[in-house]
Amino acid sequence: MKKLVSIEKAISHIEDGMTIMIGGFLAVGTPEKIIDALVEKGVNNLTIIANDTSFVDKGLGKLIANKQAKKVIASHIGTNKETGRQMTEGETEVILVPQGTLAEQVRSAGAGLGGFLTPTGLGTIVEEGKDKIVIDGQTYLLEKPLKADVALIHATVVDEKGNCYHAKATKNFNSLMATAADVVIVEAEKIVPVGELDPDMVNTPSLFVDYIVEGDK
Amino acid sequence: MDKGQIRELIAKRVAKEFNDGDVVNLGIGLPTLVANYLPDDIDVLLQSENGFVGLGPAPEEGKEDKDIANAGAQPVTILPGGAFFNSAESFTIIRGGHVDATVLGALQVDAKGNLANWMIPGKMVPGMGGAMDLVVGAKKVIIAMEHTQKGNHKILKECTLPLTAANQVNLIITEMAVIEVTSDGLILREIGPEATIEDIKAATGADLIVADDVKKMEI
Repeated sequence: MKKLVSIEKAISHIEDGMTIMIGGFLAVGTPEKIIDALVEKGVNNLTIIANDTSFVDKGLGKLIANKQAKKVIASHIGTNKETGRQMTEGETEVILVPQGTLAEQVRSAGAGLGGFLTPTGLGTIVEEGKDKIVIDGQTYLLEKPLKADVALIHATVVDEKGNCYHAKATKNFNSLMATAADVVIVEAEKIVPVGELDPDMVNTPSLFVDYIVEGDK
Repeated sequence: MDKGQIRELIAKRVAKEFNDGDVVNLGIGLPTLVANYLPDDIDVLLQSENGFVGLGPAPEEGKEDKDIANAGAQPVTILPGGAFFNSAESFTIIRGGHVDATVLGALQVDAKGNLANWMIPGKMVPGMGGAMDLVVGAKKVIIAMEHTQKGNHKILKECTLPLTAANQVNLIITEMAVIEVTSDGLILREIGPEATIEDIKAATGADLIVADDVKKMEI
């Protein structure tokens, strides 16, 4: 199966109203070129799941600034004033989730789990509307998995089979999100023939990846 | 003391709280300064919740690596012996009790060890980031902050802002005092270089128990 496609072909899988996950942490290790193409294409009413909403002119912050999200699920929006403005004025629904809970929600979805129990958020507004479960005398919140229609991830090196290496601090949510969406598109800084990426260096095995697009170095 | 001196004093005092081999997470802002004053004779492994341990100082200008930033998006370095990992593993470290101490700022902290540092309803809602997990998961939670905000109390009987976590704070370090949070209440352990017990009581919105062996803060 040939996974290497043009960005246009890859994002033809993204339609209005879809739920998309986007890898990266404050735009470090984020699929910048795919985001630019989505801004250009103008798909709307997206539900975006990401660690943060980056900056107004960087990473997925550009999708927010272009008003393409109807809902955002993230742990932090403080670096993008536009997200806060849209939330305050009721234009965009923002659900704030503790970062560790968000990572585990994505991991749970990818791992086929029905959710998990965490002490994080107990006694805060995060617990509102959630079931509490006591295990061996300790109270936990029941958190449910988070899935997406499409995950847009970034990798430093990808082989033509789809194996990904995410260098240094770009691992963040990239390898997790690759497990939790129906369609996974990876933007590669460098694409190499099969056999050139040492299996020991693979953070995201090829089986999770549907499409590979070429990004910038 | 001016603002810079106050921040330096607090950071220096916090830096004395760690033991050899500790894994420590420093929050953005004042807590980040603590890294500058870690004692040379102990090995402290700094964790960055976006995915690595071995957090080093900012790189020289022009030597920034686009793939290495701290959790506040500032360019940083990784020291020899460091390691990178994904966000699930990062929070396995944090939530799983593998972080010995976390240092965070606060909007409010109270006599029960409740902490509020992530939102002011109607004014500022940046999100909690990793703070809720850090405060719940770290073995020791140290609040590093100025004692008051423009004269208003930040240490209270009970927080009025939305909480980051309930009953998790262990120690409060300000330019005026080192205060331990216990089940009996707040215990004043150390007095800042320019403060008196009366000053500290007046600047604190909760009852303080003065420790029998209360001493001057040493930095």
